[in-house]
Amino acid sequence: MSVALSSEDISRAITRISHEILEKNTDPTSVTILGIPTRGADLAYRIAQSILDISGIEIPVGALDITLHRDDLRIRPPRPLMDTVIPLAGVEGRTVILVDDVLFSGRTIRSALDALGEVGRPARVQLAVLVDRGHRELPIRADYVGKNLPTSLNQSVKVSLIERDGADEVSIDEVSAAENL
Amino acid sequence: MSSKLVLKSVSILGAAPVDVEIEKGLISLIGKGNASDAQVIDCAGFVALPGFVDLHTHLREPGRENSETIATGSKAAARGGYVAVSAMANTLPVADTAAIVEQVRNIGSNIGLVDVFPIGAVTKGLAGHELSDIGSMASSKARVRVFSDDGNCVWDPLVMRRALEYVKQFDGVIAQHAQEPRLTEKSQMNEGSISATLGLKGWPAVAEESIIARDILLANMVDARLHICHVTTRGGVEIIRWAKAQGMKVTAEVTPHHLLLTDESASTFDPIYKVNPPLRTQDDVNALRAALLDGTIDIVATDHAPHPIEDKECEWENAAFGMVGLETAFSIVYSTMVASGAMSWDRLASVMSIAPAAIGRYANHGQHLEVGKPAHITVVNPQGSITVNRDELASKSRNTPFHGMNFQGAVVATIFNGLLTHKVGE
Amino acid sequence: MRHLLSISDLSRDFALEILSTAHELSRVSENGTKKLPTLRGKTVVNLFAEDSTRTRISFEAAAKRLSADVINFSAKGSSVSKGESLKDTAQTLQALGADAVILRHPASGAAHRLAQGRWISGSVINAGDGTHEHPSQALLDAFTIQRHLCDSKGDLAGLHIAIVGDILHSRVARSNILLLKKLGATVTLVAPPTLIPFAWQSWGVEVSHDLDAVLPTVDAVIMLRIQKERMSDLYFPSSREYSALFGINAERASLMKSHALVMHPGPMNRGLEITAEVADSSASVVVEQVANGVSVRMAILYLFIAGNQED
Repeated sequence: MSVALSSEDISRAITRISHEILEKNTDPTSVTILGIPTRGADLAYRIAQSILDISGIEIPVGALDITLHRDDLRIRPPRPLMDTVIPLAGVEGRTVILVDDVLFSGRTIRSALDALGEVGRPARVQLAVLVDRGHRELPIRADYVGKNLPTSLNQSVKVSLIERDGADEVSIDEVSAAENL
Repeated sequence: MSSKLVLKSVSILGAAPVDVEIEKGLISLIGKGNASDAQVIDCAGFVALPGFVDLHTHLREPGRENSETIATGSKAAARGGYVAVSAMANTLPVADTAAIVEQVRNIGSNIGLVDVFPIGAVTKGLAGHELSDIGSMASSKARVRVFSDDGNCVWDPLVMRRALEYVKQFDGVIAQHAQEPRLTEKSQMNEGSISATLGLKGWPAVAEESIIARDILLANMVDARLHICHVTTRGGVEIIRWAKAQGMKVTAEVTPHHLLLTDESASTFDPIYKVNPPLRTQDDVNALRAALLDGTIDIVATDHAPHPIEDKECEWENAAFGMVGLETAFSIVYSTMVASGAMSWDRLASVMSIAPAAIGRYANHGQHLEVGKPAHITVVNPQGSITVNRDELASKSRNTPFHGMNFQGAVVATIFNGLLTHKVGE
Repeated sequence: MRHLLSISDLSRDFALEILSTAHELSRVSENGTKKLPTLRGKTVVNLFAEDSTRTRISFEAAAKRLSADVINFSAKGSSVSKGESLKDTAQTLQALGADAVILRHPASGAAHRLAQGRWISGSVINAGDGTHEHPSQALLDAFTIQRHLCDSKGDLAGLHIAIVGDILHSRVARSNILLLKKLGATVTLVAPPTLIPFAWQSWGVEVSHDLDAVLPTVDAVIMLRIQKERMSDLYFPSSREYSALFGINAERASLMKSHALVMHPGPMNRGLEITAEVADSSASVVVEQVANGVSVRMAILYLFIAGNQED
């Protein structure tokens, strides 16, 4: 196991993503941030807090569970559903920024786009991830990336966050390729 | 096959090993054999018992040959160590006339593997209203002495009284299937905590016990012989124990499955465990075992009840009642009663052979193994064991609840009228 | 788990997972989403060998909201309801490629037989078997109680639930007793002694024959449908007497705590076990039970069928 991002690296990445969001979206009041549970949602709340700290703007933030929209339900055991929390402002006509911890095949984001479509019709959708580890299987890319982390299929990326795991850290483990599927 | 058969070094009822020579259907010598022209079976470590007699067998012929025939049932009996079986009357047509019982007796004799003693119906068509041709059946060539509506209870007390009285003239016995019909309408299994949880209609113990009590009183009043089929409850045992203590003429049987299985098996909803009377609780099983030891229950009878696969491969409520038992009876009785040391070889001989033959008045059967007596012998291996495989049964049906189970004690050979009708491995 | 046959097969945690999944699914529905892609490509067969329009419709709605293909197989009056060909029917369903069979059957244990017969590879969901169990009804009842009286993630500890009526013949009662106790509630059965099973003592419940004494202590009362034919089987003398002793009316309902719920699995015999006044009162959650039924059955289908494929 090797540490790819330390606690400080993660803090810096969140701050940078927050700045980039403010730069890219000239009207931050039209932005809604939705994290993909579980750690994507934790990161979403951190980014919203960071934006508040930087600019004093309170961005509506929530969580979007994508379990029922996954395309691997036929072949994987069912998993428990997570909370979906849509802020009062909703998503209709807004700029929705999806947040996830790791961008890998892109299938989770595809499912998230489907799930988002059930909630409403945003004006535009952007994507923020803490780590992009490559190996995309779908034409999906992130608008905001904390760290590009080149990996092999024999590696797994583990994100730990204080909210859930007691400490902030991103690490890389060696595993068999089959376990990564 | 040579004309003489020798059981070499066999223990008679657990005694020191001897040779038993058999010639012309009789036991010709017990001691040190010297025959040179004989077929010799090495019986070292084996025990010889009087040939087993089953007082309660459903052979299904005539009418339901898709589940069993007299031929397949006879073969199953021989494999189980039996030399005589009692063919229950609930065939199609019902065995309620001399013609039918003679036919069953004749078919059995022609097959020649066991003595087939027909049981006559008590009432015409087992309907419970009019007495069947009891006297004609008794005086027929089948010489019927046991009468039963088994499958149905002779529920009408007046009919029961008349039947008990009527069979006295030829020393007959009424074998009662004790089941109060109103208390058991659509009943599926023992009424208790398991039936309550499974939502299967309960079969109260009192439905059996109330008929046992009534019939014991009736039989005592008219001084007739009463036999209670397949006792299953502690309460029934206690009523019979009381009656015997009063000197009343009642005998009783228990099946191997009621000595072993309980109503908990119904939790699988697999109707292989569906049987009439139903499997009861462990407390009842304990009472039945004690009763078989102390003589309250006289005999073990199989209630061998074959059914085709389709009658069991369905929902519990729609399945047939009954299980096959001829080929597993000895091993179950041995495992549950003898192996622990609770039951002696003498008692085993009594409950499997001597007492059932006496109740049925089967004159040539149930006799101690002595020179000059008919050679009806069952040889068992107490060190042996069996693993029940329903696909290897001689019976035409497969409905054994013991499939895959292992039991100590195995029947090694069966000798009927001096003929080897079964030898293990052959 | 592949089959839902009896509440007794569920662990407490899995029962709670079904309820929390139902909770999330009901929120998805409330957000306006009518259809989810979750079970796209899966085939669900409603095999009903006994009439039950409301249970069949509820399962059908649940399956369709999850994008499953639904085949309705109403077998009443056919050989299936006679039980002669459960195996043949199962093999037909297998040939049709059923991923799940929702079975309603008049014989207790029919779902067990279908699941254990090894005739089909899909899931078997027991939608009511004889007088044995009706697990999805118990789950929707617990869900309804949980929504009103508990934290949506928590169990039912501390609650007292009465089940009133024909316990002896009720599959709803059997499943409810198992589930409510599993979730920590106290259960009291109220019925004439003829309609309580002999040997109920092993169930770990209280039994009372006095509805008026029990009502002030309960948080919810589940009224069971009483079949009029029980009268001819001598279980009680007359429907008038039954109503007088064991029916709920406005006067009796007023004995209950203010938060207490009146529940009924339906269909109701208005005027027999429950008066119209009570059925339509604010304490009654009968209509909500029906709506909750769809969410709970969606959760069941999701948790038992999604991903349950051998490839």
